[in-house]
Amino acid sequence: MNLRPLFEPKTMAVVGVSLSNDRHPANIIYNKAHLRYPLKVFPVNPRGGSLLGERVFSDILEIPEKVDLAVIAVRADAVPDVLQECIRSRVGGATIISGGFAEVDRKDLQDRLVAVARKANFPFIGPNCLGIYVPTVVDTFFLPGERMIHPTAGNVALVSQSGGVLVDQMVKFAEQGIGLSLAVSIGNKALIREQTLLDYLVADPETNVIAFYIEGFDKNEGRNFVLAASQCPKPVIVLKAGKTDAGSRAVSSHTASLAGDHEVFSAVLAQYGVVEASNELELVSFCESLSCYQKAIRGNVGIITGSGGHGALSVDVCSDRGLSIPSLSETVQMEIKDQLSVSIQTIAALSNPIDLTGSAVDDDFVTAAREMGRLPEIDAVIVLLLPYLPGITSDLGARLSQGSRRDNKPLVAYVPHVEKYRMLIEGFELNRIPVSSSIEGAVLMVEAMRRCQPC
Amino acid sequence: MLNQEIKDILIYSQKHDWVLEPDAKRLLRLAGIKVPKFSRVTTVDDALDFAHKNNYPVVAKVVSSEVVHKSDVGGVTLGITDDGTLTETFERFSAIKGFCGMLVEESLSGFELIVGAKVDYQFGPVVLLGIGGTGVEIYRDTVLRMAPLRPEDAASMIKGLKAHQLLEGYRGAESVNVEQLIHLLITFSELVMQIELYFESIDLNPVMCTAEQCIVADARIMLRG
Repeated sequence: MNLRPLFEPKTMAVVGVSLSNDRHPANIIYNKAHLRYPLKVFPVNPRGGSLLGERVFSDILEIPEKVDLAVIAVRADAVPDVLQECIRSRVGGATIISGGFAEVDRKDLQDRLVAVARKANFPFIGPNCLGIYVPTVVDTFFLPGERMIHPTAGNVALVSQSGGVLVDQMVKFAEQGIGLSLAVSIGNKALIREQTLLDYLVADPETNVIAFYIEGFDKNEGRNFVLAASQCPKPVIVLKAGKTDAGSRAVSSHTASLAGDHEVFSAVLAQYGVVEASNELELVSFCESLSCYQKAIRGNVGIITGSGGHGALSVDVCSDRGLSIPSLSETVQMEIKDQLSVSIQTIAALSNPIDLTGSAVDDDFVTAAREMGRLPEIDAVIVLLLPYLPGITSDLGARLSQGSRRDNKPLVAYVPHVEKYRMLIEGFELNRIPVSSSIEGAVLMVEAMRRCQPC
Repeated sequence: MLNQEIKDILIYSQKHDWVLEPDAKRLLRLAGIKVPKFSRVTTVDDALDFAHKNNYPVVAKVVSSEVVHKSDVGGVTLGITDDGTLTETFERFSAIKGFCGMLVEESLSGFELIVGAKVDYQFGPVVLLGIGGTGVEIYRDTVLRMAPLRPEDAASMIKGLKAHQLLEGYRGAESVNVEQLIHLLITFSELVMQIELYFESIDLNPVMCTAEQCIVADARIMLRG
């Protein structure tokens, strides 16, 4: 099955536009695509006529060009016929926005769609979904453009069973400066399911990290998914909903009682090096980190800060998360000390965390990061930056980023995310160094690197 | 390929949804998993005969298709050292509901582990390793992996137990035979892949581990309804 027409369409038909209701989902999709995307878009409604001065086609077969992607937003019982028309017109693929299938006990209708599509090897997303968003390429979400938050184009692909969760994650991605290669809401996932998309994304040159929001797998589907993910050279992240077992079944063995659905899910993902995010903060932090670093580490962290309290808080999170903070030898500490500003030489704490104190200047941070970066016992460095300290300038983000690239040692930063510090943040982000808005998030970014390998 | 004798035991046992312990032990032995020397007896004389050939102490357990949890009905006696106690035990067991024999076996000691399996809906057969004995669900120190296990999975399961130091010779105590344990886990994981269609869950509990060997002292195989 060729999924490219879904994600790289040049021509798109929107089936089910209303001639009278501008707020109909199909009209919203049509307008966005027509006005803001580099696509040729054709509105379709059996009654024909015109929409905002453009011709409405009464049938897909009438469209004079080959259609790559059909967005289907007609009522459920009309969908099978539209799908047949798509296949007859040699459309490349479809996304079925319409609801009214398995989610309302019409599995029979949904099965008909699958049977028709399978026979013709015709790919479709959905039904009951938002469909596809590829920055600057295509957007089938029925959400008005001015209401949406658009993350920048980047290398993280998001696949979600829930449209709402997907759009919400896009807001968070934009907030945290994480770039998106594509986002898909797969809804009832009748035909195209997680593993099909995983296979597609492994080969997608724009994608380096693949993240999923999953509510559940079918029988044995999880097995095939983790086996495929373990062969995938790109980090795979999964956020799973439904951590408590539905109903307490009577269990007759210790094993059945101890190996609940979620225990098994978590254990098997870890076994095959799939990174499980247990909540949204983890998902966002893991995506941001792995979008910059795809190589697994052991988990020995070096911490640099201008505040003892920040250092102590981050150490607590590290130990909670199974990360180690190796102490630095006397020799190393002396070497660092000699290179620091004279004013902090006697007050800085140089074990690990390195606390440069509130009197440190940019050069001190750069020195400490460079020296830590050289140590083989340190796998990754966390810099906790307090931009309100008088000696710190907006240049520090870019300077630390360049240093980290040179030493080839992963660096993550914590900077409070407020507009005033934007230049400092961008100094990191534009140089592909992940920045968290919380201390915990910065530690999670390092944890992601430790976890993207089989346990 | 599933061994025909193993298949026969499973099919024969379907009538009571689980595999009686002597049959479970036979099944495990056929799969290459170590079990104690045992005999299923239906007379006192046969029980005494086993004890005399294999020496005391011995363990006796009731065999009944109506008793899944043997200790709950007083159907397990450990450390029997003489003919009198063995005879008396046999007589007591005879009164238990559904009695159809007694299992006599050599008495074992060692570090008690649980090795288990279940067929998970999303992932198929999974294997569990944990601190065993009757306190399994109190300690809840267990590790899960999808079967079949690769050698690195088995090794990481042992490392994944909170109490793994206890297995590896904590404070001068003898370490259990980790190689044997890994071998057991892998062999067991291959077995559960082969019998996936028949079983629902399995507890090998306790598995007695010493510096020399790991032997399955008790086995419960619950079949698919």
